[in-house]
Formats: sequence, structure tokens, C-alpha cells
Amino acid sequence: MDINDIIKPENLVYDKSPLQIDTIMHYCPGCSHGVVHKLVAEIIEELGIQEDTIGVSPVGCAVFAYNYIDIDWQQAAHGRAPAVATGIARTNPEKIVFTYQGDGDLASIGAGEILHACNRGENIVVIFINNAIYGMTGGQMAPTTLIGQPTSTSPNGRDVALNGYPMKMTEIIATLPGTYYVTRQSVHTAATVRKCKKAIKKAFQNVIAKKGTSFVEVVSTCNSGWKMTPVGANTWMEENMFPEYVPGDLKDNDIQKPASGN
Amino acid sequence: MGELRLMKGNEVLAEAAIRCGCDAYFGYPITPQSEVMETLMEQKPWESTGMVVLQAESEVASINMVYGAAASGKKAMTSSSSPGISLMTEGISYIAGAELPCLIVNVQRGGPGLGTIQPSQADYFQAVKGGGHGDYRLITLAPASVQEMHDFVKLAFDLAFKYRNPSMILTDGALGQMMEKVELADYTPRRTKEEIIDQCGSWATTGKTSGREKHVITSLEMDSHKMEQNNLRFQDKFKNIEANEVRYEAIRCDDAELILVAFGTSSRICQKAIELARDKGIKVGLIRPITLYPFPTAIIAELAPRVKGFLSVEMSAGQMVEDVKLAVYNARCITPVEHFGRMGGILPSPNEVVDALESKFLNQ
Ligand SMILES: Cc1ncc(C[n+]2csc(CCOP(=O)(O)OP(=O)(O)O)c2C)c(N)n1
Repeated sequence: MDINDIIKPENLVYDKSPLQIDTIMHYCPGCSHGVVHKLVAEIIEELGIQEDTIGVSPVGCAVFAYNYIDIDWQQAAHGRAPAVATGIARTNPEKIVFTYQGDGDLASIGAGEILHACNRGENIVVIFINNAIYGMTGGQMAPTTLIGQPTSTSPNGRDVALNGYPMKMTEIIATLPGTYYVTRQSVHTAATVRKCKKAIKKAFQNVIAKKGTSFVEVVSTCNSGWKMTPVGANTWMEENMFPEYVPGDLKDNDIQKPASGN
Repeated sequence: MGELRLMKGNEVLAEAAIRCGCDAYFGYPITPQSEVMETLMEQKPWESTGMVVLQAESEVASINMVYGAAASGKKAMTSSSSPGISLMTEGISYIAGAELPCLIVNVQRGGPGLGTIQPSQADYFQAVKGGGHGDYRLITLAPASVQEMHDFVKLAFDLAFKYRNPSMILTDGALGQMMEKVELADYTPRRTKEEIIDQCGSWATTGKTSGREKHVITSLEMDSHKMEQNNLRFQDKFKNIEANEVRYEAIRCDDAELILVAFGTSSRICQKAIELARDKGIKVGLIRPITLYPFPTAIIAELAPRVKGFLSVEMSAGQMVEDVKLAVYNARCITPVEHFGRMGGILPSPNEVVDALESKFLNQ
């Protein structure tokens, strides 16, 4: 049988969202960023908000997010995406604004901006890719690097005496009354990809409904930075990252209103 | 005739912003300019014109909020004083690199470091030579009165949008705190969505509609050949600004043998010094740069062959004096150029300026 006999509309089982731009993939094979980009593109398409969505890309591997999703974008300085998103969202309240940030960007250099944007309850989606390492600059230690995890700036493993502890940003963010929905997801299996998509979609729906900050951490792999195979990185993430960064919802004001007066 | 009021320079910055149809102000408190945001919060323009006013968590955040708003075509501004402007320089460089219009006001205080809260002009280099990283310039306006504090808000925005480049109003604590009579402009409504799309629709993040390509506001370009082309485009823009936007005031230069060069507060002091010097028979004039970038090089070059000297009077250790020297050098002249200044928040007195003229040019 010829290949052209197979390529027919009735045989289509999977299609790429028209919002996903055909471009040379700059992410490493096995990287989680590409999967999350795909989800974001699909969600924007499904919600019909392409004309109203402004993305803010970080400094980090995802700096080029704007090459992959066909919406208007702004590229922010390292860590400043939540402030940039605040500027856009406050002056364009009808727009759906999201930031897409790595853990170096969000938890280290931009710790101040994310805390205050969330604390103000800015009506934005935050997508937080936690791969426990600085991918773009070649695998240095991040605030989220696990104790004992080797990186190029902690070659003998993260040492608490020297570097302190892995920082659980999502737990901290969930304590802020300004946030509406705070969740931790992953994209390493088909099932978790589906779950993660639901979570990111809910975050966008919250912002459409002007409910306030919706924060989605995606515990991710950086097999290049971790110096593992893609499959090995998935296993390592399940065994080592999940005990520290436990997947699941940390806060959902749709279900549980925070107790008043505490 | 517009409405007349007696107002502080800082209050007028806020009032002028509301009246010229500014869309957003983001700031962080710092003396001697906190009245800008205080006045805005008191006025609640979000209820009248729809202007957004937000107290940010830091100057780093303020300038990045400005960056976000400016990218969507909005008229956005911030104000601060010297230490806060230092924190903003990363963001300012991004805004210049992404070619966005906005207004930054620096109500200078004495430095370096935490310095003092008294007036200073020691951020001249930072303002006119770029300040942050990379080859960029800020259109820099130096008001010398409360009226100009008012007028230059609109002018700074107009120039910023004309060239898609950040503008700075470089003023100081004396002008910020000083009260003078001011004629306020009538209210110009904020631009409608349609007007913003008319003006900025070719580049702003107004939302990707089916009729156009996506807009990406970025200063990043990994291909160095393209990055060089970007830089060449910026340099063309700066040449254009230098050719078309120089503004200065020449006071009593026609018969002058010595020329004072001074901006902002020091130019006010120099006007008194001219009277004192002329009473003594010293023929002195003043060039007051209104745009510090672009610097009024041509008028200084024109005067250089026929005057005995220039005295740059600044509240700094001597920064603008370098640009005066460059202008004289460009005229292929050897006319002496000297500097007189006070630092650390001290204003020079008119008598000190006259003494400096005498000691540097006459009693030799
Ligand atoms: C002010 C500043 N400091 C440092 C850098 C260098 N830098 C670029 S990306 C990066 C780390 C990014 O790591 P992360 O946010 O975890 O994202 P990832 O690349 O892993 O997706 C750093 C430190 C920079 N561009 N700007």
C-alpha cells in the first residue's frame, strides 16, 4: 500500500493545532517544554481566544516560546515576566495574559516579581516549568535543584550547608490570598499530559472569568542538563522530584473557599 | 488661557500625565519625588480618564510594568529618583532594545549610593549616555521650571511615540519640590482602542487578529548579523533624533564673551549670575540645553570661535562639560571649556558662579 492511501482525512487520529507554528525545534529531544507549548496552543485554540491572548516569554530555554504559538508575545527580562504581565493585564483588562517561566526565572532572579504579582491577585495565568536546573545556560544549579543533585555549579551534588534547600515556590504561592488556583502537574506520560492540559485549561478559564491568578507548576525533565536519556530522566523525575514536588492541586477556590479570618 | 495654579513640580508631573491622556503610571516611593504617585492616588484618574495607577513592589517591577503596557501601545510612565533609576536600567535597556515608547522621570538626588535626598544633577551621564547595557539613547528633556515640568510630560510622550524610543525627563529635587505658577493644559482624552491600533497597530501586542502576522516584542536576536542590522537601525534613528529634535534656549548670547552652559535648576541660578556678572561689566550669556540628548552641539560650535570661553555649571563633578568640550572640538576650536559645580545636594550660588567665571577666565 502506498503512503498516500493512508493519508486521508478519515484516517486522521491526531492533528496539530493551527496555532502551533511550523518552526525548527530548538528544544532537546525529551524536553518537557515542547509538550507544554503544544498544550498551551491547543487550549488557546479550543477556547477561541487567539485574538485576545498575550503571552510573556521568559529568559531561559523558553525565551523562544514566541516562535511556536501563533499569538502576540512579549519577551521579558530574566525573572520579570510577572511584572510585564501586570503591565499588560492592568492596561488591557479584556486580554488574557499568561507568563511562561522556568525555575531559575521564577524561583531565583524573579522570586520578588512572582510573589508580588500573585499577592496582588493579578488576573494572569502563570505556567511554571520546574526542571530543577538552569537549562539554557548549560545545567547550573537552580533554587529547585534537589539536595545531592549534581549540576555544573554543584558538581558534587547540592549541599545544604552551602546552597540551602530546594525551594517549593508553588507551596509558597498557594499561601497567598491573591491566588485563585494553584496546582502542580507533569507531562511525562499520556495520562499526565491529559491531566496537565485540563489544569492549564482551567487556569485560562479562570482568567477569562477574571477570577485572579492561576498558577500551574509543571514538574519537568531536562535530560540534557541532567545528563540522562529521555526515558531515564522521566524515571528519575518520578523517583526523586515527585517526593519533593508532590503533584496535585494545592488550592482551588472553585472547590474550597479559603477559611475566613485566619 | 488654561487653568492657572500654584503647584509643586512633582504634583504637576502627575497632573500633566492625567491631562495628556496617559494610560498608566507604575512607581515605587522614593524621596524627593514621592508626591508624583501620591498626587495620582489622591486624584484617582482611574475613575475619571481611566488611567491605571499602581504602586509596584520595586523600581525593577515598575519599569517592567511600563515595558508591558508600552508594548501594547499604551502611554505608560514611571518616575523615581537616582537610586531607583539605577534599578530600572535593565528594563530601560530592554525597552530601548524593543523600540517601545514610554516616559521615565528622574527627580535626581545626590549620589553615589544612597547619597542624599537633596537635589543633584549627577545622573547626567546615566541619562544621556544610555545608562544600561548596549548602544541606546534616551530622548532626555531637562525642564527648568514647574511650567516645563508640566509641558515636557506631553512633549516627552510625543517624541517617544514619534521615534518609538523611551524618553526621560531629567529633573531634580529642587524642581520637584519647588512651587510655581503653572498654566495647566486642557484634558486630552486617552486614545481609544481604535486610535491605538491606528497609531501602533503595526507593532503593538494588541492581540493577533486573522488579518495580520503575530507581533513579538523582543530585544533578542540570536543571529549577530541581524542584531547588527538592528543596531544600525537604532543608530539611524538616533541620527534622525539628533538632526531634528535639538532644543535649547540662548539667553543674552549676542554680545557675550563668556558663555555659561547649564540645564534645569543650575540654569536658573545662572540667570541670576548673568545679572551679577553684567553689573560688574562681564559680558556673559547662557546656553540652556532643553534636550540633553540630543545635545545642542551646533549652537556651541557656532559660538566657540567668537567667545573667550565656556563654563559648564552643573550640580555634579562635571559631566555635561564633556559634551561641551566635544562640541567645541567638533568646531575645530581651542576655546577653553571649564566646569564649576557643587555636589552632594548643594546648589551653587549665583555669586559662586560669578567667582568661578572670574577665577577661571579673567584673573589669570
Ligand atoms: C540578568 C540575567 N542574568 C543571567 C542571565 C543568564 N541566563 C539565561 S537563561 C538562565 C537560566 C534559565 O533557567 P530556567 O529559568 O530554569 O529555565 P530553563 O532554561 O531551565 O528552561 C540564565 C541564568 C540572563 N540572561 N540575564
